[in-house]
Amino acid sequence: MTISADHASLGATGQGRPTLEVAEDARLPGPAAEAVRKFGITTEDYMLPARHQIQMVDQDGNLKHHSEQGAEPGHEYPLPGNDELLAAYEQLVVGRRVNDQNSALVRQGRMAVYPSSHGQEACQVAAALCLADGDWMFPTYRDAVAVMARGVDPIEAMTIFRGDWHGGYDPLKHKVGIQCTPLTTQLLHAVGVAHAAKLRGEDTVVLAMCGDGATSEGDFHEALNFAAVFHLPVIFFVQNNQYAISVPLAHQSVAPSLAHKAVGYGMAGERVDGNDAVALLAVLDRAVKLAREGSGPLLVEAHTYRMQAHTNADDATRYRQDSEVAQWVARDPLTRMKRYLTDKGLLDDGSDARIAEKAETVAAQLRTGLGEDVSVDPQDLFKYVFATRTLQLDQQSALLADELARDAAGAFSEEEAYK
Amino acid sequence: MSPTVTTSAEADGNVSLATARAAASAAASAEEAGPQPVTMAKALNTAMADAMHADDSVLVFGEDVGMLGGVFRITDGLMKTFGEQRCFDTPLAESGIVGMAVGMAINGMRPVIEMQFDAFAYPAFEQIVSHVAKMHNRTKGRVKLPMVIRVPYAGGIGGVEHHCDSSESYYAHTAGLKVYTPATVADAYHMLREAIDSDDPVMFMEPKKLYWSKDLVDLDALREEYERKADGREVTEGRAAIARSGTDATLIAYGPSVPTALAAAAAAAEEGRSLEVIDIRTIVPFDDATVAASVRKTGRAVVVAEAHGFASVSSEIVARIQERCFHHLAAPIRRVTGFDVPYPAPKLEHFYLPGVDRILDAVDDLQWED
Ligand SMILES: Cc1ncc(C[n+]2csc(CCOP(=O)(O)OP(=O)(O)O)c2C)c(N)n1
Ligand SMILES: [Mg+2]
Repeated sequence: MTISADHASLGATGQGRPTLEVAEDARLPGPAAEAVRKFGITTEDYMLPARHQIQMVDQDGNLKHHSEQGAEPGHEYPLPGNDELLAAYEQLVVGRRVNDQNSALVRQGRMAVYPSSHGQEACQVAAALCLADGDWMFPTYRDAVAVMARGVDPIEAMTIFRGDWHGGYDPLKHKVGIQCTPLTTQLLHAVGVAHAAKLRGEDTVVLAMCGDGATSEGDFHEALNFAAVFHLPVIFFVQNNQYAISVPLAHQSVAPSLAHKAVGYGMAGERVDGNDAVALLAVLDRAVKLAREGSGPLLVEAHTYRMQAHTNADDATRYRQDSEVAQWVARDPLTRMKRYLTDKGLLDDGSDARIAEKAETVAAQLRTGLGEDVSVDPQDLFKYVFATRTLQLDQQSALLADELARDAAGAFSEEEAYK
Repeated sequence: MSPTVTTSAEADGNVSLATARAAASAAASAEEAGPQPVTMAKALNTAMADAMHADDSVLVFGEDVGMLGGVFRITDGLMKTFGEQRCFDTPLAESGIVGMAVGMAINGMRPVIEMQFDAFAYPAFEQIVSHVAKMHNRTKGRVKLPMVIRVPYAGGIGGVEHHCDSSESYYAHTAGLKVYTPATVADAYHMLREAIDSDDPVMFMEPKKLYWSKDLVDLDALREEYERKADGREVTEGRAAIARSGTDATLIAYGPSVPTALAAAAAAAEEGRSLEVIDIRTIVPFDDATVAASVRKTGRAVVVAEAHGFASVSSEIVARIQERCFHHLAAPIRRVTGFDVPYPAPKLEHFYLPGVDRILDAVDDLQWED
């Protein structure tokens, strides 16, 4: 594609962005070309995020007037249906309860570590709800609530943090990649899953998650470029929670926004209020629809905030002010959604209490499941290294078994001796 | 001190493509029945083509592997035969190639990917070490990664910087990876097919100086033999080959060093010394039994490898022999390896590479007088 070098020439919308030659636009894939035709906008106007982030419900729970939601031609987002909104609210409440329960379990020494998504639950829930059963999700270490919202058993989802194995759930059964710690490496796995599905003619959409800091990693670039070049239905969903451990976004990137990076790869990007579950569902639902229809990949940046420390091991007071945190308390995704649904008549005290009860059940499940002392099998060390085990591992496994058998025999005879 | 192999100056895109083409077409025209002179390049190419015929989920991708057929022409013709869906070029990004292959393997494919050169696989190191090697373990075997990472490796081709690294030790040291490296044309065919059929990820290290070496083989017979075996994959993995029988000392080598070790054994025979040569074939899993049996028989051992000696596959082999054969040893085990220096410039590489003389000197040092 040739982008006109004449930056003074105005685009079709007259907004001063460099324009693509019209003949080139004809080569654009389905929805992009359609948007360009339908709304009479340039390719850049389609690919660049709208001027403002998409926000549908303000922080006080009021539905904003359509003209103030941030929508523009080619960036239109219909309001999600009531059932979806209610389902999202339930998951929000459960997610918050899970986050806070887990933080408590860490303090009690029941979990090794827990990177909480407290404050980011709207992102977590929308990421899961926007997908169909056959779709895939590739989460990070912080996305346990999203993993659970995809239907993974809470205890299986927390195994990685309990410390008895590196992963607890079956990625193939749930179509959820293992929660990934090496930053952004999972985005490429998402690209590969989408590529394989496309080669088989399946209409699988893959949602690939990462944080704001992770966008600086090389694999972020490689994954977005591969997805764009191979024209794959991958949605890159960036939760911009403003910090990468202690480092603020300003030290990661000076791009106008992370969503602006999309145009550099030839895909569409959008910014959305990451504490507004309604807007998140609207934007992600449309992204999934577009991707399934063949738009190629999309990049969605959600503006949110990590309300607590990076993990229990972190001390956030060393790098940010309480006053900053306080500002975000007012933007809490749960209170906003509750007020909106109540005003809309979709939620009353009775149904809210029932949802809270459900959340309590999950919390109790976590307390019991993670409170139990899990027995570990030392032979598991050798069992899963290879599909076809090597002789060397057979020998090492026998060595450990023998050592343990002798220990057990030793302990036994000592006991005998004292009788 | 070049052994019995034909080397090619073919290194990067900037060298004579004509040389490579001529060699490839010479191999292609040798279609008559029965054993023919076949290059390792042709055997590898045929193995991939046969695997792609046998299984639709086998895909080949990497840098320049499509239209061009790879800078070494190992994927020559695959795109034409199987279409752009099954053999294709990717953007230039090694981590991307490996990471995408991981995702494809998660989703039912068997990717065979090419790293253009040994040292250009390093951008993919994180994907290889943190995901390729660990996925099976961390998911308790629920997710298998049946993928092959082909790496043209080692020197002896007069290549410039970053085109001649012996990188096998990095991979061999990583738990969860299998590491194969063929030294003969027939093994190249068999081992690549095994690697593709394996449910474990395999680092397939191809000694690039042997790409244009020829053996008399019948590719049709190799194919039939491989496909006749219900479980062909067990044939070579974990089994070293006795490349030459002998009684006085054992030379242990793999990949590019096997022809050198064989040349040394031939020279030693003229001096009246009978050397056994073991071709390791798969570094992981390692065939302790064959190596130990040979050293117990001969009582003397020299390990030959191109890679730097320090903290390497050769150190591991020495340690394993010592642990198993101590009471059978008539002399300390010796190593002939590359020096612990960055791979040298073309005009210096012959000083660096283990050659016949250096091997024979090491053999002479094995305390024969006692
Ligand atoms: C490749 C890599 N480098 C460093 C780390 C250590 N690390 C873990 S989380 C993190 C910050 C990531 O920040 P961001 O992507 O914004 O995600 P967040 O934790 O805010 O959700 C770092 C540096 C890592 N996990 N992987
Ligand atoms: Mg962050």
